[in-house]
This record gives sequence, C-alpha cells and structure tokens, in this order.
Amino acid sequence: MHELGITRNVIAIVGDAAKGRRVRRVNLDVGELSGVMPDAIAFCFETVARGTMLEGATLEIRKIEGRARCDSCGLELVTRTLFTACSCGSRRLTRLQGEELNIKSMELEEEVA
Amino acid sequence: MIELETRILARNDALAAKNRAWFAGREILALNLVSSPGSGKTTLLEHTIRDLSAELKIYVVEGDQATANDGERIRAAGAPAVQVNTGTGCHLEADMVARGLRELQPGAGSVVMIENVGNLVCPSMFDLGERAKVVILSVTEGEDKPLKYPHMFRAAEIMVLNKIDLLPHVDFDVSQAVTNARTVNPDITVFQLSARTGEGLADWYGWLRRELSKAGEAVFA
Repeated sequence: MHELGITRNVIAIVGDAAKGRRVRRVNLDVGELSGVMPDAIAFCFETVARGTMLEGATLEIRKIEGRARCDSCGLELVTRTLFTACSCGSRRLTRLQGEELNIKSMELEEEVA
Repeated sequence: MIELETRILARNDALAAKNRAWFAGREILALNLVSSPGSGKTTLLEHTIRDLSAELKIYVVEGDQATANDGERIRAAGAPAVQVNTGTGCHLEADMVARGLRELQPGAGSVVMIENVGNLVCPSMFDLGERAKVVILSVTEGEDKPLKYPHMFRAAEIMVLNKIDLLPHVDFDVSQAVTNARTVNPDITVFQLSARTGEGLADWYGWLRRELSKAGEAVFA
C-alpha cells in the first residue's frame, strides 16, 4: 500500500500551497504505468484529508495512458503494460508518457465565494 | 484554479538528489539492493565484505521494518553498518538514508550498500540517491518474478540471480528468468552467482570495482 504514502505527500504539498485556506478540489495526473492505483489513492484520500485544509475536498484523478517511441523504427505506440513491444519486435522504447505522478492544480473554497 | 504542476514525490526526489550530490562529492559508489524477503541480500553483502575488505571500504545502510539482526550480521562480517527501521513503512525513503549516512559517516572513495526492505513493489518508486538499483532474485523463487513485478526489474540496472548452487534441486529455468527480465528491461545486466558458496562472485566484484573507479572519475568530469 504505497498509495497511503503517496496520498500523504499529496495532502502535504497541497496543504502547504493552500496556506491556510480551505481546498475545494484537487486535480492529479496519474500515469497508467506509474505503478500507482488511482482507486487506492481515492480510497486513502478521504481518511488522510480529515482534519486538514483538504477535508471534504473532491479528488479528481486523470489517468494518462502509456505512450512510447520505438528506438529502432521510430514508431509511436500505446503501451498498456511495461511488456509492450513495438510491432517491429523491438522492446527498446523511449517512454513519452504514462509514468506521471503529478499534482496538476487545486481550487480553493474562497475562489467560488 | 491554482496550477501546481508538482511531482507528488517531489520532496523525496529533492532529498535523493541531495544524497546523490553528497555521494558524488565523496567519490562514493552507492547501490540500492532490492529483492523479495529471503533472496539473499544480506548473505551477498556478507560474502562481498569478507572477500573485498582488504581492497575496498564497504559501508551498509540496513533497512528493515524491525530488528537489528541484519546490521549485526554485517558488522560481524567486518563492515560498519547502521540499521534503519522503517516501522510499518514498506520501503526506504531518501530522508531515512540521509539520517543513516549521518550516523554511518562513510569515508571518501568507499562503497555504500543500501539494503532496502524486502519488497519488490514500492522500493522501485523511491529514489534514494543511489548510482544503481541491484535487484536480487533467487532460484528458489519463480522465474516469472520479473513479469509479476515489472516496475522493479525495469528500474534495476543489475539483476543478481542468487543461490545457483541449488539449481540441481529446484525447477528453475535460468534462461527463462533472464528472458523475462529482458522483456521488461532489455538492458539489464545479469550476474549468476551463489552468495553461499562464492561461485560466480568474480563478475559481481569486477562490476563493483569498475563502477567504483567511475565514481572517482565523475567528480572532475
């Protein structure tokens, strides 16, 4: 369950950035090849947020699909797993996206008021 | 809407970068040893320390959820060791290693072996500032482990295939294990050895010597 530690990092970073203001919404980008399960983060979020400026905030997780460029033939392909090979047979791929673990943005309560 | 555009692991990454710079400034070769529990990380370290202690200085940061057993084994083999207990944590993080280093005070030009918690999942995500991750797989495990835990085998530069002295007694297909590892990481280097009998350790030692000399060259590069 490294997602618990990941979620604690999210709360800490967003909490610092909020500087004492209440957070209404947090947007994350999580790559499908990041090794982290979005559902598990969502599961931990409510509990870890309790008692912080993020309590009750909505967590929005955008999943980023894996994409890579083949080092041999230059083809750009979707990589659903870390085992995906290029249609030319090569497994030497330069990953373009899909390993993100990023906090994109947040919305504060006072913005809406 | 306030844009943050921050990596979730930014804090750990920053502390890992600090560790990496600290190692580089002291020409230290730091390795992060990862595996399942019981694959022989500590035995590999004990044998390595006993064989190379006259030639190079090895320090060990031992990570375990609890007990000081491994640290004591390493000290008995002749190397300074610091035990970092992670409590309920399932992996080492960069700040724990930094605390361990402050206590251990490894000398310039030495090798620092960081023995991670036995776990093939989360240690792959947490950079400690090491030069390379070394994943240890033993022949008493399944040859499909690289496929079951692809993130770890992809993050590692070296795979040590340990306990090869037991091959006559187990159904372990070495070439399949290597193929599986290269399926997720085409560039992984494999050393087949027995940390118990010493068979095959020469190649591992050769790699350590080469990497340590590179750590010395990197400072003025």
